[in-house]
Amino acid sequence: MSNRTREILWSLRTLTEREIRRYLRIWVQTLVPPAVTMSLYFVIFGSLIGPRIGSMNGFDYIQFMIPGLIMMSVITNSYSNVVSSFFGVKFQRSIEELLVSPMPAFIILLGFIIGGVSRGILVGIVVYLVSLFFYPDFTIHNLPLTLGVLVLTAILFSLMGFINAIFADTFDDISVVPTFVLTPLIYLGGVFYSISILPEIWQKVSLINPMLYVVNTFREGMLGVSDIDVTSALLMQLFFIIILTASCLYLLKTGKGTRQ
Amino acid sequence: MNALEISNLKKTYASGVEALKGISLSVEEGDFYALLGPNGAGKSTTIGIVSSLVTKSDGNVSIFGTDIDQDFAEAKRKLGVVAQEMNFSPFEKVLDIVVTQSGFYGIPKKVALARAEEVLHKLGLWEKKDLQSRTLSGGLKRRLMIAKSLIHQPRLLILDEPTAGVDIELRRGMWDFIRELNKNGTTVILTTHYLEEAEQLCKNIAIIDKGLIVENTSMKDLLKKLDMQTFILDLETNLDTLPAFDGYIVNQIDPSTLRVALNRDQSLNAFFENLSKLNIQVKSLRNEANRLEELFLQIIKNDHEQ
Ligand SMILES: Nc1ncnc2c1ncn2[C@@H]1O[C@H](COP(=O)(O)OP(=O)(O)OP(=O)(O)O)[C@@H](O)[C@H]1O
Ligand SMILES: [Mg+2]
Repeated sequence: MSNRTREILWSLRTLTEREIRRYLRIWVQTLVPPAVTMSLYFVIFGSLIGPRIGSMNGFDYIQFMIPGLIMMSVITNSYSNVVSSFFGVKFQRSIEELLVSPMPAFIILLGFIIGGVSRGILVGIVVYLVSLFFYPDFTIHNLPLTLGVLVLTAILFSLMGFINAIFADTFDDISVVPTFVLTPLIYLGGVFYSISILPEIWQKVSLINPMLYVVNTFREGMLGVSDIDVTSALLMQLFFIIILTASCLYLLKTGKGTRQ
Repeated sequence: MNALEISNLKKTYASGVEALKGISLSVEEGDFYALLGPNGAGKSTTIGIVSSLVTKSDGNVSIFGTDIDQDFAEAKRKLGVVAQEMNFSPFEKVLDIVVTQSGFYGIPKKVALARAEEVLHKLGLWEKKDLQSRTLSGGLKRRLMIAKSLIHQPRLLILDEPTAGVDIELRRGMWDFIRELNKNGTTVILTTHYLEEAEQLCKNIAIIDKGLIVENTSMKDLLKKLDMQTFILDLETNLDTLPAFDGYIVNQIDPSTLRVALNRDQSLNAFFENLSKLNIQVKSLRNEANRLEELFLQIIKNDHEQ
């Protein structure tokens, strides 16, 4: 291994470790809330209301909901980890510590993305364990697909969080997108229902919601049912990951939001 | 080879402010160089470009022969920068901040810890290594910035007002520290508002104003240019009218205070003889301002008049 490669790998490790340490240190704010919120969802919608709803796509309602709630947690946690961490270093100016170093842009990006992805996956696992508590009989239909979608989704939304942080100048800017865009799209993206229960016109409208594809590919992995075609949805995720990665690198290289 | 070579550097910020209008300077290896200028002159902008925090609009920069457009990573390995504003996380511990910074340079932890210990000791921060950085006093925060900038052992160190807001004692300690670095071969560039600082430390100097270099010379030559000194005399008694002093520029600030400007050929003694002849008793005497300060203002004023 050349000196340069070793230097780059070490800098990546330093950044990644710092990112992971950051959310582990504040685990009460980062890992506990999803467990608490999702327990409430399981109690209220799964155990109390669920039996009255009956089955959805041939599954108990609580069972149908589990993949949706896991995805919801993965999406919000990956996104918010990267957006708050990267905006934080911008705000504190400690981003200068990265910029003055010889670290290439793609390593800086990778470090933050690994941070977001690892938190998303960790929270996903926590929520899965919580769901087993409420529905012990749950079995995963297709493990490789489930894990694949989990990772792709975490990457995709970490990248979006990164872009949000680049363009953000104030703390308002980092809460607007999660509150007004991400959350509504997730709730309307088939977390709680199959779009087949909607009137036809709303089924069509739902198809332009990107969350629908994420949630349904994951549900295909966990349960074996989906409202949409899984292969094309996966390809679309990959496509957006590539586009967003390229955009992040371009923005970092040109200094948008990071250099004056 | 020059440690730093800047040619025709220009910067217009997104806001439209033209911060640099084409500056050129070269700093030799081993030099101790001062960059002086009033607020808003463009000092931090220049340093920002050299360290990649600011993008340039035009011009070239090279660090020890490495052009930043060709291989910025390589240029950065040889450069350490102490920024004007604090740029570390307030919640991280002192030692972690320094070790993380060295990690970004790709320095393995073992080496980083050894170096951190050495540099924190030298800067008097070792006892504070486990404190969150926000609990440090202003002067110690500055020193933490210096520690951070040295961890990869740069050959060129640029300090942007390292002693702003630092008390006399700490400041002198910092001077000694930086002087020793320079003696051991590190090229040092610093910006400062304390002109005394530049005079004490630096061999060469550039004065920058409104985005242009208005003076670029050795400190010695600069001081030679200084031909006027102004003194303030407090008198024992009030003077109702100002007597004529042939050949001297004198004015009256208030009835008991005179201001006299002497050029290099005039001695203070001769002026005092004049005062004695007129029976004017002087209670006390002081230099109006730092000599460099005066020169500085003079240069900038000339520049504006042109
Ligand atoms: N990010 C920015 N956006 C727009 N204008 C800026 C920015 N940073 C600096 N400027 C402007 O550029 C000019 C040069 O600023 P700079 O900070 O380089 O001056 P300086 O010589 O370091 O001053 P000081 O002694 O006060 O630190 C000033 O007019 C300043 O207002
Ligand atoms: Mg400045």
